[in-house]
Amino acid sequence: MSTLTSPITPRSTLAVLERALTLYRRLWRASAFSSFLLPVMFLASIGLGVGGHIGTVDGVEYLSWIVPGVLVSTAFQMAIGECTYPVFGDFRWVRAYPAMSATPVQVADMVAGWLLYILIRALLAVLVFLGVTWLFGALHSPWALLTPLVCALVTLATAAPTMAFAAGIHHDGYFALLFRFVLIPSTLFAGVFFPVDQLPAAARPLAYLSPLWHGVELSRAATLGAAPPWPIAAHTAYLLAFTAAGVAWAVHAFRKRLQD
Amino acid sequence: MSEQPLIHARGLVKRFGDFTAVDGIDVQVRAGEAFGFLGPNGAGKSSTMRMIGCVSLPTAGELSILGMDPARDGTRIRARLGVCPQLDNLDPDLSVRENLTTYARYFGIPRAEARRRADELLEFVRLSDRAGSMVEPLSGGMKRRLTIARAMVNDPDIVLLDEPTTGLDPQARHLLWERLFQLKRRGTTLVLTTHYMDEAEQLCDRLVVMDAGRIVAEGSPRSLIETHCTPEVVELRFGDDRPADLAGKLEGVGERVDQLADRLLVYAADGDAAAAEVHRRGVTPSSVLVRRASLEDVFLQLTGRTLVD
Amino acid sequence: MVTTLIAARLSAGAIAPGRVGAVIYRNIGALRSGPAYWVVLLSGFFEPLLYLLSIGVGVGALVGTIPLDGRALPYATFVAPAMLAVSAMSGALSETTFNFFFKMKYAKTFEAVLATPVRPFEVALGELGWAMIRGSVYTLLFLLVMVGFGLTTPLWALAALPATLLVGLAFGSLGMAVSTLLRGWQDFDLMTTAQFALFLFSGTFSPVAEYPAVLRVVVQATPLYQAVELVRGLALGAPSWGLLGHAAYLAALTAAGLLFAARRLERLLLR
Repeated sequence: MSTLTSPITPRSTLAVLERALTLYRRLWRASAFSSFLLPVMFLASIGLGVGGHIGTVDGVEYLSWIVPGVLVSTAFQMAIGECTYPVFGDFRWVRAYPAMSATPVQVADMVAGWLLYILIRALLAVLVFLGVTWLFGALHSPWALLTPLVCALVTLATAAPTMAFAAGIHHDGYFALLFRFVLIPSTLFAGVFFPVDQLPAAARPLAYLSPLWHGVELSRAATLGAAPPWPIAAHTAYLLAFTAAGVAWAVHAFRKRLQD
Repeated sequence: MSEQPLIHARGLVKRFGDFTAVDGIDVQVRAGEAFGFLGPNGAGKSSTMRMIGCVSLPTAGELSILGMDPARDGTRIRARLGVCPQLDNLDPDLSVRENLTTYARYFGIPRAEARRRADELLEFVRLSDRAGSMVEPLSGGMKRRLTIARAMVNDPDIVLLDEPTTGLDPQARHLLWERLFQLKRRGTTLVLTTHYMDEAEQLCDRLVVMDAGRIVAEGSPRSLIETHCTPEVVELRFGDDRPADLAGKLEGVGERVDQLADRLLVYAADGDAAAAEVHRRGVTPSSVLVRRASLEDVFLQLTGRTLVD
Repeated sequence: MVTTLIAARLSAGAIAPGRVGAVIYRNIGALRSGPAYWVVLLSGFFEPLLYLLSIGVGVGALVGTIPLDGRALPYATFVAPAMLAVSAMSGALSETTFNFFFKMKYAKTFEAVLATPVRPFEVALGELGWAMIRGSVYTLLFLLVMVGFGLTTPLWALAALPATLLVGLAFGSLGMAVSTLLRGWQDFDLMTTAQFALFLFSGTFSPVAEYPAVLRVVVQATPLYQAVELVRGLALGAPSWGLLGHAAYLAALTAAGLLFAARRLERLLLR
């Protein structure tokens, strides 16, 4: 038997994006404030405060070393944050997805529309952050202009599987597990604050699994004008593959949830 | 009325694992009619509605909507349907008007046109003065009216209403019925489910009675009552001293006697005569009510059970 | 101070311990209905542990030692007590802000509870008690880890335990007081930002003495700084009279927060 859905229709995808942006219009002030303030405070406390006790890492001062990592992790955290409770809520409490499923909007449009929204949100935050770090003098190469692209890729690679997870669970308590076993460990051990080489050899592959690590290395290579540990194509291919698998999983999870 | 039916189902089946929710039903809905699925909770009405709404595929059987196949043309069919689900799924973080305009965009309606239709529909469901308000503070009846307005935003060929007045107070129900009646008069085809007899009698030109996934009767409300019931019913209620062997004492009164937990029903062509006969036999109920037969009685006759416990 | 406050109300018959217990018990019941609740509960402990490993050990390897009061401390030793104080803070805050607000505004839990003989102040105490029970389990585990890593001694860990409870009480009361003022979810963004600022600038990651003078004065007035100083002083085995000052600050905050929350609850719920 054929399925109820087919690939995306640009018109429907944009309609889903439009709803998300209409909702965001009511909230943007508070979130714009915090998305500007958080990275600034972070750089001041860790970059300058702790950095004052650290000589250089990979030949640059600590602040410059963590900036590209914190930049990508901003996108990473936003992708997870915006794809957990909001997506779960749109199935469970708001029932926006069941409402959409009664219209010509298809499952792939729901996934694509929300991903576009997250992408816009993450890129806005990343651009603000990039401006601030430029003022801090932490960007050392014109390649830094490519970091938003890296962040976009990490955002998609992270957001898609998170959406699938949110569509698959029936109790929001499971998010605590996602935060504690994925979000926080990734943020802390994927090369944002200290080189992954320092991890015990057995733990390193775990860091390689995280899309965050690949993004951090690409971004650091860009802002410092150095080569990343793996070939650029390998990091990029990993992120693209992660995104593709995540999107497929999300579409499947959405379809399953809506057929219940 | 002679043209091809808008909805055609034959031998329609929906199974969830071992459970058969819809067990081979045949349905034809023609353009311009108000068609009802009547039955208790769990009869399979909502599953049927989800299949008609193309959000759930049939397990077996034929189904064609607007001449198209839901498995192949689900998106094109949904573009021409309006759906009012049993549970409101309005967007609580959007305003009343935004709920309509956002939904209109799902149908690819241009922004300016969406705004125009939103205002027109808010007028129709009497919510114009709440256009800028958020959804949360609205009453249950207002939310339901907004959901109906939303279902009409694409000017649909068929409007599907799943339990449109469940959970509303009597006043809100009557206002809603009145609006739906207006819709019907405009020529919109309505398909609704209900477990309220009065609702089915008020709104439906034709209906099927469903029980345990099957259709047990079909026709207009009037014809169903005429076919399956007597014109009148006498309701007898007793206090604590309900006499023993009532059935024996009332044997042969009217055409049939049904004993329920809280009351006794006597079916008769002439209710007053039957009531007089009850008294003559020395039975003294605490209250006697003679009324016209309703769909409730039809359902009881057909299944031996009441609709709403 | 808090004890006397509660004792005074107890003797006046305004508070029934059983009713406070009932409020706590409802929380335990609600928690148990979640998914594999003990997994979630246990995983809460990993959070500060991961921070300790990442910042204390990972970044610590880059930092080496930190000079504090004339001693050169390994960075992990310096950061661990601060992490402990932060964990006590965020444990108490998550329960008394996010969850408390949800129950107050959406679940109408308190309205249901207040329809019984339970009084608003008892609700406040019960919620705080619940936050403390949850928080102290985490703190205890974290202290064990610190002992295991050689970041403190068993004896000083024992001394730090009541200090972390006080930290939890202070932030729990503060969180509840703040919750009663929040207008909606949009205010949580502000609150989270404020909480994050405290986390970054309370002498947590580098000594306050190194901060610019203006920032230092502001920081010293904030509660997490007081908490970090108190917990660090004990965990490092360097008690001083100054610690009593920090403890007094936190006790005063607890009392003020509780009183304020109870007053607001009464106004909000018993109109």
